[in-house]
Amino acid sequence: MKVSQKITSYPGHEITPEDVKEGKYLDVVYKFEPKYSWAAGVAISRFLSELRERKIIARKCMNCKRILVPPRMYCEQCFRPTDEWVQIKDTGTINTYSISHVGTDARRLKTPILVAVVDLDGATPGMGILHNLGEVEPSKVKVGMKVKAVWKSSSERQGAITDIRYFKPMGEE
Amino acid sequence: MPLRIGIVGVGYSGFDSMTPGLSTRELMFEAATRAYEDAGVDPRKDVQSFICCTEDFWEGISITDEYMPDQLGAVLKPLCTISSDGIVGIATACMHIKSGIADVAVVESHSKISDVVNPDEISSFALDPIYEHHVNADPRFVAGLEMARYLKETATKRDYCAQVAVKNKKNALLNPRGVHGANLDKDAVLNSKVASSPLTELESSKTIDGSIVFVLASAQKAKKLGNHTVWINGIGWSSDTPWLEDRDMARAAYAEQSAARAYKMAGVRNPPTYFDFAEVDDTYSYKELQSLEALKLAAKGKAGKMVESGAFDRDGRLPVNASGGSLGVGHLLEATGLHRMLEAVLQLRGQSGRLQIPRAKKAVVQSWRGIPTATGAVAVLGN
Repeated sequence: MKVSQKITSYPGHEITPEDVKEGKYLDVVYKFEPKYSWAAGVAISRFLSELRERKIIARKCMNCKRILVPPRMYCEQCFRPTDEWVQIKDTGTINTYSISHVGTDARRLKTPILVAVVDLDGATPGMGILHNLGEVEPSKVKVGMKVKAVWKSSSERQGAITDIRYFKPMGEE
Repeated sequence: MPLRIGIVGVGYSGFDSMTPGLSTRELMFEAATRAYEDAGVDPRKDVQSFICCTEDFWEGISITDEYMPDQLGAVLKPLCTISSDGIVGIATACMHIKSGIADVAVVESHSKISDVVNPDEISSFALDPIYEHHVNADPRFVAGLEMARYLKETATKRDYCAQVAVKNKKNALLNPRGVHGANLDKDAVLNSKVASSPLTELESSKTIDGSIVFVLASAQKAKKLGNHTVWINGIGWSSDTPWLEDRDMARAAYAEQSAARAYKMAGVRNPPTYFDFAEVDDTYSYKELQSLEALKLAAKGKAGKMVESGAFDRDGRLPVNASGGSLGVGHLLEATGLHRMLEAVLQLRGQSGRLQIPRAKKAVVQSWRGIPTATGAVAVLGN
C-alpha cells in the first residue's frame, strides 16, 4: 500500500482560484521578460540562407568523412574544423517519431502533432532534421518510412527551419 | 603544502563589444582550439574532465550544460556546468585533479552578452522576488549602496575611486584585448553621467563578448606538457548571505574569506610583499579598493590613498590590474575570473607584450560574480 493511499484527509484549507482572485490570499506576481537575439553563427546562418533557396546544406569532415547536418564548423568527434559545404537532399527516412497529444500548455490537443527525426538522404546515416510530419494518418506513420520535405512558396520562405512546412510520405508520388 | 596544479594551456577568442559573426559555440571552439594547441593536448584523448561556467539566463537556453560538449571536444566525456565565476570552475578542476579523477582537466567560460537584448532584466531578476523586487531601478543601485557605505566607513575620498577608472582604462590602451581603454582624467570620470549615486558611468565596467579556455594538469603531468607551466598554489571561494539588508556593504567579506583560504594553502604570510602583481575585481571603481583591502594588499581604508599615490600603477610598488581589468578591457560575466587569470598567466610566462611587468613571479587573482551577489574567488599563482 502506498503512503498516499493511507491518507484520507489532508490538513489545512484548500485555496481555490476564486479565493486568489478575490484577494483573500497574498501573492506576488512578477513578469520576467528576458529578450535574446542569438547570433546563429557561420554554419547555421549559411544553412538558413540555403533553406530560403529550397536547399539543405551540410558540412563534411575530411577526417572521419562524415557529412554533418545540422551543419557545424567543427567536427565534434575529431575536434577539428570541418572542411566543405555539401548540398544534401530534401528526402529521407523516418529514424524515429512520436505522436504528441499534449500541447505546450499541458492541454490535450484536438489534432495531435506528429514529430519525427528524419535521416536526410546525402548526409551520413543517422544524421538529419527534427521536424513535423504532415499529409499522413497518424496510424500510418512507420519508422523507416521514406519522406519528402514540403516547402513553403518562395515568397513565404524567410530563412527559417519552418521554410519546410513538414515532411510527407513519398509513397505514390 | 601548496596546491601545485599546473596551468599548461590557455586560449581565448572574442574580446569585442559584439561578435555577430560567430555563434556562442563557434566562439568557444576557437578559444578551445587555441588552448589545446597551447597545451599540446588532444581533448579527445588526453582530457578526463571538462567544466563550463555559465548561467542559463545569460545564455537564453535552459539546461545549457547540454550544449557545451561538442565545441570543447567533450562528447561522451565527463562534463559539468557550474553556475558561477570561472575561478570557481578552476577550483572544481583542481579538485578533480587532486582526487585522481583526472590528470588533465579543462575549464571554459564565456560571455555572449551581445545576444542578450535586455541584460538588466536578468540582473534585476536575481533580486529576491518577494522582498526586493519592488525597487524598479537599474540594478546598479546595489553597487551605489555598497559604494556609499564603503566611502563612509573607510573615510575614503570620493575622487580616489575615479582614479581607479583612470588607471585601469589607461592600462588597457596597451592591451590588445582592451576594448574599453581610454586616456581620461579624474574630472572626466567624475563628471560622466551618474548611474546610481555615487557611482558614475565611467566607473562601471561595460560588458563584452569572449570565450576563455584553461587546460590544467597534475604536477606530474604538467612536467611532461610544454615548458610554460604556471602553478596554482592556492585557491579559495566563498559566498556571503544574499540579504542586501544584512550583509556588510562596506567590506567584500567573501573576498576576505577566499583570500584567507587561498593564502593559507599557498603559504602566503605577508601579502603586500609576497606578490609581484595583482589582478582583482574592478567591476566598479570602488570594488578595486574594497578588494585590495579584503586581500590585505592595503590596510583598511588605505587603498584609495595608495591608488592616488601611484603605488598600484603599472610601474608602481604593486601593479594592480595592469591589464586594464574589467573597467579597461570589459566585463565578461562568468568568464571575468578567467579573464583575470588569463592576464596573470601571460604575465607569469613573460608573454604580456607592452603590458609586461618585469620579473613577475607571483600573482594573486580575485573575482566577484557581480551584482547582486556576494560570491567571489581568489587564486594564488606562481611561475
